[in-house]
Order: sequence, then C-alpha cells, then structure tokens
Amino acid sequence: MSEIVINNRMGMSQGVIHWFKFASPSSFYPLAGKMQPWFWALAAVFGIAGLWISFFVAPTDATQGEGYRIIFVHVPASWLSMFIYMVMATWAGIGLALNARLSGMMAQALAPTGALMAFLSLWTGAFWGKPMWGTWWVWDARLTSELILFFLYLGFIALQAAIDDPRRADKAGAILALVGVVNVPIIYFSVKWWNTLHQGSSVSMTRAPSMAQTMLWGMLLMALAFWMYSVAMALKRVRTIILEREAHTDWVRKLAEVSE
Amino acid sequence: MLAVMRRDLLLAMRRKTEVLTALFFFVIVTSLFPLGIGPETALLRKIAPGVLWVGALLSTMLGLQRMFAADHADGTLEQMLLSPTPLGLLVSGKNMAHWLVSGLPLVLLAPLLGVQFDLDAGSLGVLTLGLLLGTPVLSLVGGIGAALTLGVRGGGVLLSLLVLPLYIPTLIFGAGAVQAHSSGLGATGHLSLLAALLVMALFFAPWATTAALRIALE
Amino acid sequence: MLTVHDLSCVRGERSLFDGIDFSVKAGEWLHVRGANGSGKTSLLRLLAGLSQPAKGQIHWRGKPADDDAQAFRAELLFLGHHAAVKEELTALENLQLASELDGGVLPRAEALEALQRFGLKGREDLPVRFLSAGQKRRVLLARLVTRKAKLWVLDEPFTALDTRAVDMLETLIGEHVADGGMAVVTSHQAVSIPGGKALDL
Repeated sequence: MSEIVINNRMGMSQGVIHWFKFASPSSFYPLAGKMQPWFWALAAVFGIAGLWISFFVAPTDATQGEGYRIIFVHVPASWLSMFIYMVMATWAGIGLALNARLSGMMAQALAPTGALMAFLSLWTGAFWGKPMWGTWWVWDARLTSELILFFLYLGFIALQAAIDDPRRADKAGAILALVGVVNVPIIYFSVKWWNTLHQGSSVSMTRAPSMAQTMLWGMLLMALAFWMYSVAMALKRVRTIILEREAHTDWVRKLAEVSE
Repeated sequence: MLAVMRRDLLLAMRRKTEVLTALFFFVIVTSLFPLGIGPETALLRKIAPGVLWVGALLSTMLGLQRMFAADHADGTLEQMLLSPTPLGLLVSGKNMAHWLVSGLPLVLLAPLLGVQFDLDAGSLGVLTLGLLLGTPVLSLVGGIGAALTLGVRGGGVLLSLLVLPLYIPTLIFGAGAVQAHSSGLGATGHLSLLAALLVMALFFAPWATTAALRIALE
Repeated sequence: MLTVHDLSCVRGERSLFDGIDFSVKAGEWLHVRGANGSGKTSLLRLLAGLSQPAKGQIHWRGKPADDDAQAFRAELLFLGHHAAVKEELTALENLQLASELDGGVLPRAEALEALQRFGLKGREDLPVRFLSAGQKRRVLLARLVTRKAKLWVLDEPFTALDTRAVDMLETLIGEHVADGGMAVVTSHQAVSIPGGKALDL
C-alpha cells in the first residue's frame, strides 16, 4: 500500500531507481516518519465522512431497523482483513525471494493490524447477528471463514514471536503466509460448501440487502478510512521494528530518539 | 526416496511406543464422545463422522513432530540437506513413512471404531475411503508445519495452531462425505474433492516443506 | 578449486567476520583457527551451503557453488558437531543407509571393512546407542572412507577421539589430500598434516 504512494510521489521524476533507494531500513525509516501524518489525516477525513454517512445519511432499513448500521464497520473490516493478508503475504514473499529485510519487516508490521480487522469483523458480525437471529454466533460461511482467517493471522504472529532469530522468523513467516494464501480460497470454498449443505438456508449475511447508493458510499468511505488507518499503523509499527532490529547499527545510534 | 522411507520405517519399528501411543489416543478420544454425550444411537450416528475425523486429525498432529525433530537433534537431517539427492524426494520419503505409520493405522482402525457409533456398512466404507484419501494430506500439510517449527519454543502447541486451520477443508470434505452418504445425497462429490486436495498436496507440500527445512537449518 | 571471495557472516546482530578471502586447491587443506565463537563453525556451514553469506561469493571449480548445488554436494562431505548417526540403528545400517541417501549402494563387505579400519570390529551390529562417544564419532568417520568426495569440510573432527584414532584420522586426511583431494578443517589442537594452510578468524 505504501509502495503505491511512493511510486506516485517519485513517478514525477526518477521512477524505479528512487524506489530501490528506499529499500533499505535506514532510508525507509525517515520516509515512513514523514508519510505517517498524511495517512493519519486521510484516515480521519475518510472516517468522519464515512461515519457521518452511515449514521445520518443512509436510510433506515425496512426490515432491520437501526441495528444494521453496524455493517458499515463489519463489511469494511472484513474486506481489509482479507486485503491485508494478501499484502502481508506479498511482502513476505518478496522478502523471501529477494532476501530483503525491509519487506519482511513490513509483513511483520502488517500482521497485528490485519488480525485486528479480522477480530473487529467477527465482533461486529456477532453484534449484528444478535438482534437479527437472536444468537451471538452463527456458523455462516463468511463468518466462519473470517474466524479461520483470524487463526491464520494468529499463527503467523505466534510463529514469528516464537523464533528468536529475526531473519529466520521473517523467512518462516513468509512460507506460512504463502501457504496460507493458497489455502484461503480452498478454506472459503470448503466452508461455503459445508454451510450450504447443513443450513441451506436463506439467512445469510452475504446476501446483502439491495443497497441504496448511500449505503454503498458509506461502506466505501469506511473501507478507505480503515485502509488509511492500516497504512498509518503499519508505518508506525515498521519504524519500531526497524529500530529494534537495527539497534546495533551506527545510523540508529545517532538518531535523536535514541541517543539521549 | 525409498531409502529414506525404509530408514524411517525401520526406526519407527524400533521405537514402537511413540507410534502406538498416538493410535491409542485416537481410540480413547473417539470413545470419550459417547461417554460424554450419551448412548442414544441416532445421535451417535449423526456425530460419528465428525468425531472420528477430528480424532484422526488430533492423532496425526501428535505424531507430526516425530517427522523431523529426532533427525534434527542428532544431525542426520543436516546430512540430508547436504545429500546430492534432491531434498524434495527425501522429504516425500519421510512423508510417506509418516503416513504409513500414523495415517494408515487410523484408516484401518476407523471402521472398527465406527461400529461403536452404529454406522452402517456403506457409511463405514465412505468413512474409510475418505480417511484413506485425507490422512496423506494431513501428513503432507503437517510436514510443512513440522518443518517450520523445528527447534522453536513452544513447538507442539504452536504446531497445532499453525496446522489446524489448514486441516479444516480436509475435515469438512471427509466428514461431509459420510454425512452426504447417510442422507442419501451420495458421497462422490466430497470424495472427489478430497482426491483433488490430495493431488494438490502431493505436488505443493514437499516444496514448502523443503524451503522450510532449509530455513530451519540455516 | 574452492575459492572464497569477500565473505562475510552475520549471526543475529553481530558480524562474525567480514571480507574473508581464500582458496583451496587440489592437494591442499585449510586449517581454520580461532577462539570459541569467532565464527569457525559458521564459516564451514557457509562453505557447505547450509547457510547464505551476508556478503561475498563461494566458487567451486570456477563457478558459483549455488549454480549447480547438487553437483557441488555430490563432491562434498561435511561433518559437523553432531555424530549424525541414528542411535537405534546399528553402525553397519547407519553407514549403508547414509550411502543410499547419497545415491549409491554400499556393499556390505566394503562397509564392514571401513568400520574395521576405524577400530569398530565386532561392534558393527550393535545399535549405536551402545557405543561410547568416541566410537560413535568413528562410525561417521568411516563415511570418509566409503564416500568418495573431493572436498572434506570437517568441524572439530578430532573431538572425543583417543590418540590412536587422532593419528588414524590425520593419516586419512593426509592420504586424501595427497591423492588430490581438499579439506577444510577446524580444530583447537595443532594438526600435523602436510600440505596445509592456515586461516585465522
């Protein structure tokens, strides 16, 4: 995600060469620091717009009442949880293929935010389900896949936490993430199959009510808000990771934050 | 590849206890469910596929660490990485041996245990066939997890966390096959999907396992 | 035939060594010396291809060793810290299986002869569990004889060996080198084998 922004900024002049310059932790650190405030700002702007639409502009749903408004958090969170997993796996894969430290650090930075999105999606799903079907949990295909995705995130985080050597942790995590990416479609398909076999029911969160334009806008804005938030969080976290892992290098020791 | 398989089988024969413990675990765990739920046969027949498959999953997981941990500890795994024979072949040999020792006995035991749940002959057949197709997938995918967690703190539990989500499709199709058969829908769909999973695992799992092993031994 | 250029190794956050250059030709052997923790084992593992260097290249027969890793491994014999034997198998089985893993079949007679040369006569059919530490190492050393490799990379091969076995191993390495082979050896002790160079880490 940050890569897209960099290319846009650099595309004005030197393109590819500039990108590789930022592939080292020491040059990326200050860049990430400068980019962060922009993303926080964008997140706030989109978030406010999105929340305003979801609460005030989108019409009350005929069948579901006010409670349905939680989909404005639930659906974007689901989208983001899957998107982040893909991005995380991509960075991890690049780190593995090119033996690049920064890519691995980026994957490590993304994982907790992705897990948070998955968790948020599950909780909001439960809150939505309670007034609709009277239970806190429903073995709907999407929710179940989301739960399994959450476990995949936890597995990734746990594996990296358990391995002391950061380079080995990066590479092992990359393999796990890539295996996960291949499995996510399989898991989703199998859960869907399982679900239709057992419930075969008409009750489904995936069958969205025919959406008013405003509802769609609300969800898109919230999705953008979450996206910007995730980038900002990832940048913040990767800076911390860089400091931790490169603590022994000269440039870190000279940093203002560190040398007092 | 055959040499590795023979070697692992020979080793397993000389350390029978580990292997048998996992099998007893399968038997005991599946027997716990009727005790916990009650002897009503209709209910037991319904839960049988799920219980037997979950039992098979857990039992396989118990034996996963055995695939690489011992060889890692005494240095023979390192020698395998240095062998001119492609590591993928050696890994496949180990996977096969693991399945023969951990998976195949489950396949043979399952019909006997299925009788405890009052499953009819047809269902038992589907169950066995499903396990025959599915247990190799469990060994293959589990091997990736075992290689990733070699020598890592919290190994066994971490391995479960990593591998169980990946086992879910196999579980769904395997148990689903029996249920589909019992409800008259026919199990061919499920069983073909299981076969597809097996083919995919046969192709891709050794690669991932090889990469993970090299990383673990760096 | 083995050339190393500008090799550097990083373990965790410490740089173990940097900018190492050396070459080992046929008929030569290299004695890697250094204090504990100076990176001797790491260097040997880099040479064997078990780990990747942070910087630098390793060339075998003029080409990067990575280019045809399988061919390189066919000519390499690496013995690390571990005895690399399965405790439950007999010495004979260990030797024969190790050969099969390397792609060749070792006739029983040859295996027995190798084991006897290393003083394990009469103990070939015992599970290795029942051998002493020194005897276990000798099972692996027997592999030096049965596996015809060009480059021997040996990490502390003299550990746990008595004087007779040390002499035997030195003779063996000497013969190997004289025959046109190469060896890279780490050892805390002085090693008296002709044709050697030293590298201090």
